[in-house]
Amino acid sequence: MAIDRSNSLEPEMPAPEKIDSQGISAKQVQSVAHLARLSISEDEVRQTTEKLTAIMGLIDEMQAVNTDGIEPLANPLDAVQRLRADEVTETNNREQLMTNAPAKEDGLFLVPKVID
Amino acid sequence: MEWEAVIGLEIHVQLATKTKIFSGASTAFGAEPNTQACAVDLGLPGILPVVNEEAINMAIKFGLGIKAEINKVNIFERKNYFYPDLPKGYQTTQLDKPIVGAGHMDIALDDGSTHRVRIHHAHLEEDAGKSLHEAFSTGSHGMSGIDLNRAGTPLIEVVTEPDMRNAKQAVAFARKLHSIVTTLGICDGEMSQGSMRFDVNVSVRPQGQEKLGTRTETKNLNSFKFMERAINKEIQRQIEAIEDGFEIVQETRLYNGDTDVARSMRSKEEANDYRYFPCPDLLPVVIEDSRLEKIRSEMPEMPEARKARFINDLGLGDYDAEVLSCELATADYFEAAAKAGGDAKLAANWVMGELAKTLNQNDLEIVSSPVSAEALGGLVARIKDNTISGKIAKQVFEALWNNEGSSADEVIEKKGLKQVTDIGAIEAIIDDVLARNPAQVEQYRAADDARRGKMVGFFVGQTMKASRGKANPGMVNQLLKKKLQ
Amino acid sequence: MNEKPLVEKSLIEKSLAELSRSLKAGEVSSVELTQTYLDRINTLGSDLNAFITVCPDIALEQAKAADEAIAAGNTTPLTGIPLAHKDLFCTQGIKTSCGSRMLDNFIAPYESTVTANFKAAGAVNLGKLNMDEFAMGGANENSYYGPVKNPWNHDMIPGGSSGGSAAAVAARLAAGTTGTDTGGSIRQPASMCGITGIKPTYGRVSRWGMVAFASSLDQAGPMARTAEDAAMMLNVMAGFDPKDSTCMDRAVPDYTATLNEPLKGLRIGLPKEYFAEGLDNKVEQVVRDAIKEYEKLGATVKEISLPRTHHSVAAYYVIAPAEASANLSRFDGARFGHRCEDPKDLEDMYKRSRAEGFGREVKNRILVGAYALSAGYYDAYYAKAQKLRRMIRDDFMSAFNEVDVIMGPTAPTPAFPIGDKTDDPVAMYLGDIFTISVNLAGLPAMSVPAGMVDGLPVGLQIIAPHFEEARLLNAGHQYQQVTDWHLAVPTGIDAGMKG
Repeated sequence: MAIDRSNSLEPEMPAPEKIDSQGISAKQVQSVAHLARLSISEDEVRQTTEKLTAIMGLIDEMQAVNTDGIEPLANPLDAVQRLRADEVTETNNREQLMTNAPAKEDGLFLVPKVID
Repeated sequence: MEWEAVIGLEIHVQLATKTKIFSGASTAFGAEPNTQACAVDLGLPGILPVVNEEAINMAIKFGLGIKAEINKVNIFERKNYFYPDLPKGYQTTQLDKPIVGAGHMDIALDDGSTHRVRIHHAHLEEDAGKSLHEAFSTGSHGMSGIDLNRAGTPLIEVVTEPDMRNAKQAVAFARKLHSIVTTLGICDGEMSQGSMRFDVNVSVRPQGQEKLGTRTETKNLNSFKFMERAINKEIQRQIEAIEDGFEIVQETRLYNGDTDVARSMRSKEEANDYRYFPCPDLLPVVIEDSRLEKIRSEMPEMPEARKARFINDLGLGDYDAEVLSCELATADYFEAAAKAGGDAKLAANWVMGELAKTLNQNDLEIVSSPVSAEALGGLVARIKDNTISGKIAKQVFEALWNNEGSSADEVIEKKGLKQVTDIGAIEAIIDDVLARNPAQVEQYRAADDARRGKMVGFFVGQTMKASRGKANPGMVNQLLKKKLQ
Repeated sequence: MNEKPLVEKSLIEKSLAELSRSLKAGEVSSVELTQTYLDRINTLGSDLNAFITVCPDIALEQAKAADEAIAAGNTTPLTGIPLAHKDLFCTQGIKTSCGSRMLDNFIAPYESTVTANFKAAGAVNLGKLNMDEFAMGGANENSYYGPVKNPWNHDMIPGGSSGGSAAAVAARLAAGTTGTDTGGSIRQPASMCGITGIKPTYGRVSRWGMVAFASSLDQAGPMARTAEDAAMMLNVMAGFDPKDSTCMDRAVPDYTATLNEPLKGLRIGLPKEYFAEGLDNKVEQVVRDAIKEYEKLGATVKEISLPRTHHSVAAYYVIAPAEASANLSRFDGARFGHRCEDPKDLEDMYKRSRAEGFGREVKNRILVGAYALSAGYYDAYYAKAQKLRRMIRDDFMSAFNEVDVIMGPTAPTPAFPIGDKTDDPVAMYLGDIFTISVNLAGLPAMSVPAGMVDGLPVGLQIIAPHFEEARLLNAGHQYQQVTDWHLAVPTGIDAGMKG
């Protein structure tokens, strides 16, 4: 069963029929840049599209390998998770942990207004 | 046109662990901002998560509690999006193979029937922090303050099938879920502190239509009352919109319980693409059979089983058993009172009657009742052995409530409320009553059986009054009938 | 260069193991040794741009404490040894930049497990080493702090991403350094700078406090002059850490104890795919000569096949950017790191802070990763790459049924001129072809200096089964007993030493 990993209301990009080496479009670059919250100028879009197309060309070579019936490998040792006892080990260290904050007040990190 | 609403719920249940799901920071509620957010919770560079064993155990308990399959190999995934209350830029959650698979819960409806709500799954994930919107002196465009104390608190997100048809059913489900997680001890159930938060998916369709309408999701409701209101309001809004010729837009909504106003959520307008993938900082959590068996052996009695026991072993009726088993605190109270009183049915009447009424009048929860279960049981015992009548019992209860004595026996003794069961003494009172009411005696004797049955009440009342309520009403009845022959 | 006292010449020529003995014997103090390195960092180090941060005060204070410990007889083999760390190990109170503008102002309030272990062992921290931004690169050209130069030829790259770490060892600016290796970032610069570097088994060294590039591939390791030095450093670095879920709870052997085992009967596998596409002829000759030395030491050689070598590059450039795209989301300008001037709203803060804070290569990899994970592409890219990853690992496992170690070139070419491949990411990525599959399989591997091509060093790569670091170090050490490539010193450096 295919799992919807985008979990989106409407996918931003239409799912591909099949993966070919057509490369990546400028529109896709802009859309991914937005997902990754990277501002990108028109000039950069052009250059980036070119580079990403080349990179995706290299990556798409793997489509030639038949991987049917192979389990994905996430950890090279196939190791399993160790569990931690439910004991409080951390004490209040707010002053130190917030020293790098670009803006803070009353023990809070400040960011431009959050609109729900 | 007749409309039908279709409701599904997603419930975030905060697990009652001492520490966060991936860090050793405390989860205690109400601390100063960011004093319980360690480097892991703040998403600082180079910091790594380790899974809290108790969060796994609690999720398993929930699964066993709703008779669901427990998934043996659990993968944590990253759900990627940017938001200030999400410090790492991704939420660590489960997507494929959630820890708790499909299960179900039965809810009791007002008409006495039960209704099954299927649970699609429940998955483990981390809670986000909080944004505070106050006036800050820093920044020129208006700022929000971020408190990450809550970030990383373990949650199970319970997802139901769209099996509810009105707000009452949804609330009944929510209450039952509350009862289950508190019975299991996996959640403190403190709704006002956000320990359980409900997202409701609502759509409407013409009665009889198979196809579902477009749904909206109203997020983060944290009381049963608000939930009921928000659902009713949304159903109404959708019906009106459709009847006015509009289409329902799939959207996320917010409901403000204080103002009773709902609106579309601006930050969720944009479609997102969460790019889930398995978190490479965590390995698969493998649940061994030995762990499952250990948890299974430690499971408390679930409300369903308790209800069955109340019916089969204690002889309660279905309705009473449902009401008394639904909430853990009520069920525990009732059982203790029944045990101390030696009469389950009588105890049930008192818990659901006088006690419930008085708690309600004083706006108290059963756990804070001034009359302990043992004291109420003592009262029941004295009714059962005819030491006091039901009427006197109410006086005793009132005295216990007002702390005029620590036990029923003490109150009875102090106030001289002991029931009179001496035949001679009762006969003397009856003789006196009959002597003072010759006309009524005359009328009685002249009447037929049907009328006599009604008229005897007058003499009972007079006799009880004369005994100041202490005469045993059963004996009074019997002796009166004999003497009036 | 000024005339230097005689003792200093010998100091700089000494390996970490020799320095350890000299310190214990009282022939030199840690303060003297530390000062010597600090002086060299000031002069040579700035020419090479090897350091991002030098911390003389902390180093001298630690050296002084080390000298006291030595006087009190309370020592470890590393007491008083001046080291330097790749600038992605968080160091409490000392800037940790990851070679990025994003973290130019970041001072970690905690210490990485690796650097904490060295501290506990009494080693001295000279400072933090230059690197490709967030460890992304094979030439050390992607640093916010500018490129690192190869000590053997200042027009050449030192390799990357641990370029500063390799250059610092080659130029004798530290007795040893730490690096990290996600796709070859220890081995490839070690090869190009003529030093010894080992990438341990995934899970051998804690990743806690080490800023992540690709979590399932990253592994820290020592970069040093000799296999013996690397063994001494790995003894301190390796071990279980309950704070890293991927760190294995497995006993750590004394890696120096088996250095002198004879190699007679060692079965060496030579993957035919490692002697094919893109391999420079002269590099191939160096590697074949090195293998002849092993045969002289009693090893046997056999051709093997790792058929997925070519496609490992594609799989890697899906998995690593995908993991990186999520790992780097925390750099959002909210709690630490660079925040743009006067953001007009939340989205503006995110987008400008990240666009300004990250360099080009990092942004490209984030975009590739986000693209590969985006709606509809997961199965074709990420899942496919992870399946390929299993095939690649299994190929190694079968090979290790027949051989004890695998050998081949570390990199297809020696160091190339700075700027040569900057605009050709694909050519740059293919430079990792012999190192990448080792990370995908989680294996330990090592690069040892094996010869020179056109005045530039070339490394031999040795790969072992999981947790067989001791076998690698033994093989490296035995080779270094019969060859002297590891003793070669860059000419400019040599002149500086002789004064």
